[in-house]
Amino acid sequence: MAYSNKVLDHYNNPRNVGSMDRNDPNVGTGMVGAPECGDVMKLQVKVNPETGVIEDAKFKTFGCGSAIASSSLATEWLRGKTVDEALEIKNTDIVNELSLPPVKIHCSVLAEDAIKAAISDYKHKTVTKTEAVASAK
Amino acid sequence: MKLPIYMDYHATTPMDPRVFEAMKPYFTEVFGNAASRNHSFGWQAEEAVEKSRKQIAELIGANTKEVVFTSGATESNNLALKGVAEMYAEKGNHIITAATEHKAILDTCKRLEKSGVRVTYLPVQANGLIDLEMLKEAITDKTILISIMYANNEIGVIQPMAEIGKIAKAKGVLVHSDATQAVGKVPVNVLKDNIDLMSLSGHKIYGPKGVGALYVRRKNPRVQITAQMDGGGHERGMRSGTLNVPGIVGLGEACGICNAEMPAESKRMAFLRDKLRGKLEAELDEVYINGTMEHRLPNNLNISFAYVEGESLLMGINDIAVSSGSACTSATLEPSYVLKALGAGDDLAHSSIRFGLGRFNTEEEVDYVAAKVIDVVKKLRELSPLYEMAKEGIDLTKVQWTAH
Repeated sequence: MAYSNKVLDHYNNPRNVGSMDRNDPNVGTGMVGAPECGDVMKLQVKVNPETGVIEDAKFKTFGCGSAIASSSLATEWLRGKTVDEALEIKNTDIVNELSLPPVKIHCSVLAEDAIKAAISDYKHKTVTKTEAVASAK
Repeated sequence: MKLPIYMDYHATTPMDPRVFEAMKPYFTEVFGNAASRNHSFGWQAEEAVEKSRKQIAELIGANTKEVVFTSGATESNNLALKGVAEMYAEKGNHIITAATEHKAILDTCKRLEKSGVRVTYLPVQANGLIDLEMLKEAITDKTILISIMYANNEIGVIQPMAEIGKIAKAKGVLVHSDATQAVGKVPVNVLKDNIDLMSLSGHKIYGPKGVGALYVRRKNPRVQITAQMDGGGHERGMRSGTLNVPGIVGLGEACGICNAEMPAESKRMAFLRDKLRGKLEAELDEVYINGTMEHRLPNNLNISFAYVEGESLLMGINDIAVSSGSACTSATLEPSYVLKALGAGDDLAHSSIRFGLGRFNTEEEVDYVAAKVIDVVKKLRELSPLYEMAKEGIDLTKVQWTAH
């Protein structure tokens, strides 16, 4: 299979690889996929609670080159976006940016799911934190 | 050392230059039709064909009259299975084969099932070998054929053909073996192994593509097959079509070279393969060999690098030609059915690489390949959430994954 130059670039120089403390209240973690399907993506966002802006994003991916590139690209796009803006990232944006062939579209879907899962985790934490503060009063 | 390095010899092999030299005259100067009985052009072609038959027969312990030329192992497999099913339809309609066979066997069986043949697909054990007790139990009074491959094309494991042959003979059942990967690599003897029909191919043994043979036993028992192609009745009525004389000359020469060089070559293959394995295992944790090492082709190494996906690994070692059992490398998006049949789990199938060493690989190439693979696996494990979780002591089999 021939890979686009952008996929090759992300594969050879993946951006924002790593992990953040999943117990940090400002960190949202999304983990999607399954080993037996050949793809697992872990995507994390660190949100500034004052501004709602994603200040850092990290990923780790088990999967083919297109899956690695999709998640690497997602972390680049997430940084500097607000949580709400981040939810507007669509898998088709990733497909277009990386010129993914039809058989690799599921990689972009997985990346979109990972973004949604990470933000949902962050929001869940904020809600529980607010509730905890409210009940303490 | 030249890049890229070819280490996918189970897929195909480059033709040995000696084979090419032997074939050359038969394209232009000696062009006769081997079936032309009335002139020297035909006689010369026939002589070349008969020499090839002898070279093949010597390699596999057969008689020259038992060699039927075909277009390759796929055709040989089709001819054997369909030919036996049709010829022995009155005796029975049951065929036994294994789950890890090549598609040329499995899909032929699927086709036969549509016309009323019953097929038993034996599972394999974790080591890749069939269970002989299960084979015995599967035989019924309707069983006409047992078709088990000699050596597997993905994991290189060698089935106990001699034992299979004994079991079949005791029950009066014919044995076919797809020996495409085994012939020329390990000693194969149709007499010792009690094989009645056997498929082989030119391009897996440094011969040309588009030519192969089917061994059909003539004595004890005399095996008959129904031809699957109508025409001039070549190959004693079993396979019509003008003989591919240059291809046949090449196949014969390839067999001759394998026969002469097998002892030294198999030793060299095993040395290189074991060196590759040793280096990978010394530098990397959690690598798993797929299939038994005890009964295996000397040139095969099929290995899973846990927590690393096969296609991403291939991408990182793009100056080395190998293949992966990962779904992402196949058109079907299904991981290798052979590895799945071992019961190792889909995740290890996704992480597998098949190294097929061959005649033209050097020790220097093996060193390069080992270093490169180690480097890329380490890099991808840095990227792998699964490796991180495993290192944290999380049992990945207990995690609730969101399958998609």
